[in-house]
Amino acid sequence: MSEEKAKTQGAVQTTGHAWDGDLQEFNNPLPAWWLWAFYGTVLFAVVYWIFYPAWPVGTGYTTGVMNDVTFVDSDGKKMTTHWNTRALLLKEMQEGEEAQLTRKYLDRIDKAGFAEILGDAELMAFTRSYAKGVFGDNCAPCHGAGGTGVIGLFPNLADDDWLWGGTPQDIHQTITHGRYGFMPAFGEALSDQQIDDVADYVLSLSGHDVDGAAAARGQQVFQTEVGGCYYCHTHAATGLKSQGSANLTDRIWTIADVPGARTAEARHAAVRRVIEKGVQRRMPAWSDRLDPAQIKLLTVYVHELGGGQ
Amino acid sequence: MIKHESIETNAGLLIILTMIVISIGGLVEIVPLFYINTTVEKVEGVRPYSPLELRGRDIYQREGCYLCHSQMIRPFRDEWLRYGHYSLAAESKYDHPFQWGSKRTGPDLARVGGKYSNEWHVAHLLNPRSVVPQSIMPNYPWLLETDLDYSDIAERMRALKKTGVPYSETQEEYDRNVAEFGAEVADKLDILNAEENLMKQALDNDYDGQRSRVTEMDALVAYLQVLGTMVDFSKYNEGYFTEFR
Ligand code: HEC
Ligand code: HEC
Ligand code: HEC
Repeated sequence: MSEEKAKTQGAVQTTGHAWDGDLQEFNNPLPAWWLWAFYGTVLFAVVYWIFYPAWPVGTGYTTGVMNDVTFVDSDGKKMTTHWNTRALLLKEMQEGEEAQLTRKYLDRIDKAGFAEILGDAELMAFTRSYAKGVFGDNCAPCHGAGGTGVIGLFPNLADDDWLWGGTPQDIHQTITHGRYGFMPAFGEALSDQQIDDVADYVLSLSGHDVDGAAAARGQQVFQTEVGGCYYCHTHAATGLKSQGSANLTDRIWTIADVPGARTAEARHAAVRRVIEKGVQRRMPAWSDRLDPAQIKLLTVYVHELGGGQ
Repeated sequence: MIKHESIETNAGLLIILTMIVISIGGLVEIVPLFYINTTVEKVEGVRPYSPLELRGRDIYQREGCYLCHSQMIRPFRDEWLRYGHYSLAAESKYDHPFQWGSKRTGPDLARVGGKYSNEWHVAHLLNPRSVVPQSIMPNYPWLLETDLDYSDIAERMRALKKTGVPYSETQEEYDRNVAEFGAEVADKLDILNAEENLMKQALDNDYDGQRSRVTEMDALVAYLQVLGTMVDFSKYNEGYFTEFR
């Protein structure tokens, strides 16, 4: 092998330089295919200069020839401009195969009422696949990929319990304008004893075993001006849709981590903490970020996730 | 004529000539952008960062968020559908250095402002997995524990002013800002009131949920919440932006 190499190397010319007396440099010409490919790219560049925007000239640049892009602008007018990525994007959003297919469905969704969409198997199949992506990009970071939420922070959308109402109209309102869930902190307004009592009362509403005497005292706090809880949660404690106040009579919890509590003390502490610290949670408004058809699709999607009303 | 051999045997000359050849490539691409009229779109609303947002931006850079996050939505359909309107050059005209980037281990953040609540950002930065179980973003717990150091905020603004960001120090500069951005924004850009403005914005908005303190979390969330929100795209015809290309 090395012998053969030495033989062929002997035939190659050197550049004629010598360093340190005997260090020489071979002069191996490039293979012909490589050289021609290189000339080809140079030629390509020249052709590119003619047909695409390329050379700066003063305060503008050469825009190229025969590369017009036509699209419809926001006022519905046809516009034609030289090749550029922004115009191409608009054109693709309007005429692209994918875009047109989606548009066809979105237009139908735009015109249809909620009942109509929910009753149409084809539209529902589209909704499930399209809205899943929109939900993943925008809603999942808070509500979780499956909509199950994070207790205490972001409500579960996959159950059939709703703070702000579960009809398509309610959900649509929630997504479009956002919501602000607010409950005042009672740590200052009520004594420790009162908070303990009312926590027991709240737990008794959903059938938990509590100290009966404490719950009775708590009922006084809840149902009178002392605590004024009934004002938002109603006397029946089932919550008010207009306030987004939780239903306290079921076993579904959105803030207090009662299901995660192993012992009666931990359950009590979880409810106590909510009453003491209050709640401030914000659901962002999406009307600026998503278009009306997307919001409608999400409404249907969320409605279906949670077995809406 | 310089001989091949004299270049190869003279390292200093070789370095200088190499640099000249390489910079021609860069200059040919970059310099015309300063002269072409349509490089930066003419849009309303883009303003320099307020002092608090500016500190947030510094923390963003210090923590290396840009190593995983770009801030540049490219004009492609899939990006538009996921992130919103493509980024305009005008939107980063006061960014020095800009945060465009191309490394997307995490999502693009160019329009993350207003997308989530402050509480979400705080929970997410403390421990991303508390809200996004499959996240691989690191925890940044110290942001909430560290009080924001804003003693040198005026110096930071002065440094940016040298690069052309219109923060004001004299009455004349202030008046110019009032004319360009309106009085409310011009007040925030005033270097002489930087500390008060910073405190006020942090206390008014309480980004980190700790009313009594101004932490690095306040600054970073204030910065994240302003990203991509300055231009009101509903005011513009999409055709308008194609004229700048
Ligand atoms: C920044 C976090 C965040 C994001 C992102 C978010 N939400 Fe919410 N969402 C909330 C919070 C917090 C609430 C509870 C508000 C309250 O306390 O009343 C909520 C409530 C809701 C409700 C009402 C639940 C009920 O029980 O009435 C619906 C429906 C909803 N979100 C849907 C969505 C959809 C659809 C998206 C995506 C477009 C989304 N959310 C994105 C935080 C978020
Ligand atoms: C200003 C209206 C308001 C008042 C007054 C009020 N609440 Fe609430 N409460 C709410 C809202 C709204 C929620 C749900 C918060 C959310 O989802 O963001 C809530 C949630 C709760 C929860 C958590 C339920 C869950 O599912 O985790 C408990 C417990 C509770 N309230 C108890 C009380 C008690 C006890 C009082 C009286 C001391 C009281 N509330 C007074 C509005 C109020
Ligand atoms: C190791 C890479 C990495 C680093 C460093 C990193 N992130 Fe992230 N980031 C991610 C990934 C992955 C996600 C997507 C999952 C998630 O939401 O947590 C993400 C998501 C986010 C989001 C939500 C974006 C959206 O639209 O849903 C924000 C905001 C964010 N990061 C901010 C930051 C900030 C601020 C820093 C610096 C303090 C930072 N990130 C550093 C990887 C990173």
